[in-house]
Amino acid sequence: MTDAVAHTPEEAHKGKDTAEERVSYLRAGHSLASWLTTTDHKRIAILYLIAITGFFFIGGSAAALMRFELISPHGMLLSNEGYSRAFTMHGVIMVWFFLIPSIPNTFGNFLIPLMIGAKDLAFPRLNLLSWYIYIIGGCFTLYALVGGGVDTGWTFYTPLSSLFANGHVVALVTAVFVAGFSSILTGLNFIVTIHTLRAPGMKWSRLPIFVWSHYATSLILVLATPVLAITLVLLAAERLFGIGIFNPALGGDPILFQHLFWFYSHPAVYIMVLPAMGVVSELVCAAARKRIFGYAFVAGASMAIAGVGFLVWGHHMFVAGESALAATIFSFLSLVVAVPSAVKVYNWTATLYKGDILLDPPFLFAMGFIGLFTVGGLTGLMLAMLAIDVHVHDTYFVVAHFHYIMVGGTVSAFFGALHYWWPKITGRMYSLTWGRIDAALIFFGFNLTFFPQFILGYLGMPRRYHVYDPSLQVWHVMSSAGASILAVGYILPFIYLYAALRSAKPAGPNPWGATGLEWTTASPPPKHNFDHPVQVTHEAYDYENAPQPGEHR
Amino acid sequence: MNGLPPDMPANPLPFWPPAASAYAHALDRLVVSFSALIIALALPVFVLIFVFAIRYRRGRKVNRTAKERGDLWIEIGWSVIPFVLTLYFFVQASVLYAQQTRPPANALRIDVVGKQWMWKFQHPEGQGEIDDLHVPAGEPVMLNMASQDVIHSFYVPALRLKRDVVPGRYTRMWFIADQPGVYPIECSQFCGMNHPRMRGSLHVMSAADYGRWLQVSQVEQTLADQGAATYRKAGCSGCHDHGAVMRAPSLAGLAGQTVPLEGGQTVVADAQYLRDSILQPGREVVAGYPALMPSYQGSLDEGQVQTLVAYLQSLATKTPEVPR
Repeated sequence: MTDAVAHTPEEAHKGKDTAEERVSYLRAGHSLASWLTTTDHKRIAILYLIAITGFFFIGGSAAALMRFELISPHGMLLSNEGYSRAFTMHGVIMVWFFLIPSIPNTFGNFLIPLMIGAKDLAFPRLNLLSWYIYIIGGCFTLYALVGGGVDTGWTFYTPLSSLFANGHVVALVTAVFVAGFSSILTGLNFIVTIHTLRAPGMKWSRLPIFVWSHYATSLILVLATPVLAITLVLLAAERLFGIGIFNPALGGDPILFQHLFWFYSHPAVYIMVLPAMGVVSELVCAAARKRIFGYAFVAGASMAIAGVGFLVWGHHMFVAGESALAATIFSFLSLVVAVPSAVKVYNWTATLYKGDILLDPPFLFAMGFIGLFTVGGLTGLMLAMLAIDVHVHDTYFVVAHFHYIMVGGTVSAFFGALHYWWPKITGRMYSLTWGRIDAALIFFGFNLTFFPQFILGYLGMPRRYHVYDPSLQVWHVMSSAGASILAVGYILPFIYLYAALRSAKPAGPNPWGATGLEWTTASPPPKHNFDHPVQVTHEAYDYENAPQPGEHR
Repeated sequence: MNGLPPDMPANPLPFWPPAASAYAHALDRLVVSFSALIIALALPVFVLIFVFAIRYRRGRKVNRTAKERGDLWIEIGWSVIPFVLTLYFFVQASVLYAQQTRPPANALRIDVVGKQWMWKFQHPEGQGEIDDLHVPAGEPVMLNMASQDVIHSFYVPALRLKRDVVPGRYTRMWFIADQPGVYPIECSQFCGMNHPRMRGSLHVMSAADYGRWLQVSQVEQTLADQGAATYRKAGCSGCHDHGAVMRAPSLAGLAGQTVPLEGGQTVVADAQYLRDSILQPGREVVAGYPALMPSYQGSLDEGQVQTLVAYLQSLATKTPEVPR
């Protein structure tokens, strides 16, 4: 472990530059061009962080509009069409322009080379290209949005999307198609990097779980995304040229689109949640100051999820005319894929046992993740049960379920990661008190927003309705109230994290006393990550030999 | 309960939907018992995270000597035991689902067409309804559903049942509603702009009430008779009737039979085949006949095709007329 560099009293003073900061990647060029042409994985991670944050707030605004609309059972603000366009934009932006790239392209990009002791990713210029492709995709999305939007839902089901919908369907499909290539390049880059650039002594069995999770995620990115690309090309061709592959009047099959779409989009759920699981594994170990319980099982579970996750897409079509035999097989496989997720949850809980537990903001987010992900996962089991799915399919029950996974799970982990690695990325520590308040706000606001939606779903409220029976209003009002708390919880970090950049004290290389190579280098890290050659001599999470957390974190 | 018809059964629980069938009650029991299992699986995690976070928080003096490593048997235990418990419910849920795919032979068949943005129902006696569906309590009812445009999904929360209504194919759903009352029908698959307006009411009526309703709403022609009229009007008889100039296969006695196709395959002449043969006649051509028939796509809508299918099925018991 590299020792913390001692600060002179002047340097330790609030707001002053430290010696590390003066040679960090952040100072390796000050012009805008130095950022837009950088091949440094850390700078590209920050480019991604800025871009996805922008899309998060656009997608979030659409959600806010919807929750406001749903306060009244008769609609207050939006036409039927306006509401359709709002939820389509919310879905497309949040799935492809926030959740998919969220953790991998920011924290994965920043941390994988640091965690394995490398100077950069295997293909630094490809990494920058990936960001530009993402931005081009984003521009198509903004064009579709400004041009008036699309009313197909993020799932683009045919023949609604191919023959009936108005709006910029082709532009939005192009946006998702283009962004897919960004995913593929990033996945490829991670796989090659993890195979070839591990430091001496960094055996596969010593990789942090975060790296294992990203390895599994990358396999899905590379294998599943091309299927989405083909599907979207077919959809655009159907819409523009009427080729008939999804049109029953021309002998096509609209359900074929659903098979192709979910062959990507179900594994995509694991693209969103596996990196989050990786983050939480790091956070739980750092919180408990212990080696993760059942390392091999937690690492193996990521690979199992990535593999079996390719075999469960049919559970989205239990009411769409699938044969009873196919439905039963998909139902069974969906229960199988839950096993490795359960293994992770139980192992995280066991890791906390007899730990030396820090209750700092990142760890509160991690514990929130475990609770919310568990609710999301177990309600997923309900949806995997055939007869139960027939009732709650396409209702708010499903909406609640996948928000528990993607927002309660992935977004909580994203904020956990932001709070954990913020001092590493920026070199400055934020207000822990505000961080704790924010973690509590997000947890409480999230549950108030989405738990009532399970009840709404079981009561029979279909998704994508903005007018509903007045007897359901109480649940919608609770949900909208929760959403406003959630909005505060998401905006608050802007203030205290930004304030930390301006004025807070330097964090030092390892404020949490954590293991992992990224904590052995300076905060923020120098341009080439490490000043000395890296040699790994210990297994991951060797907390017996870890430094103590800083007293003034 | 504002805005609902007065004969809607009062819902005593604001968080639980009314149940109109024995199936719905069976599903509710499954959901409640399975929920008990998942709470049993989740509760230890919630409680332990909380307890550990308090008990082992930093700075508190407590015994922290623990085994360093995971334990194989613990891992196997918490992988296998919840999975096996879940399988019990998997079997139950799959059996309930399988029941729903096999309508009883004596079920009352009602034809349904979903179109942007309405539900159209056709009863065998010829009554047609829009957005309201009257059915007898205690009798099996089978819905034969077609879509005129995009994918819809026919959803009755009180029956705990839904089924997608897909263009180009017939989908089926069946139920025995035993609790008279009025229950919402919803479209649960997003189908375009007015999707949230695509709603109706299921009127479950006692046998006597249903009999009265049939009387009051009686029409001159049964569905099969309407189909016979369509058959003549669309010119089908010009080729398919005995003694017609063009030689086309006889349709009497066809429904339900196994038909040999060009190329040596066979197909059962069910409702789906009859529909496809009208709208896409070139797809599955009967062996021994030239593929001359034009498509009626565009000139007949799904509702009219359903009357034709009902007519052809009413001919099922007739002996085929041998041409020439």
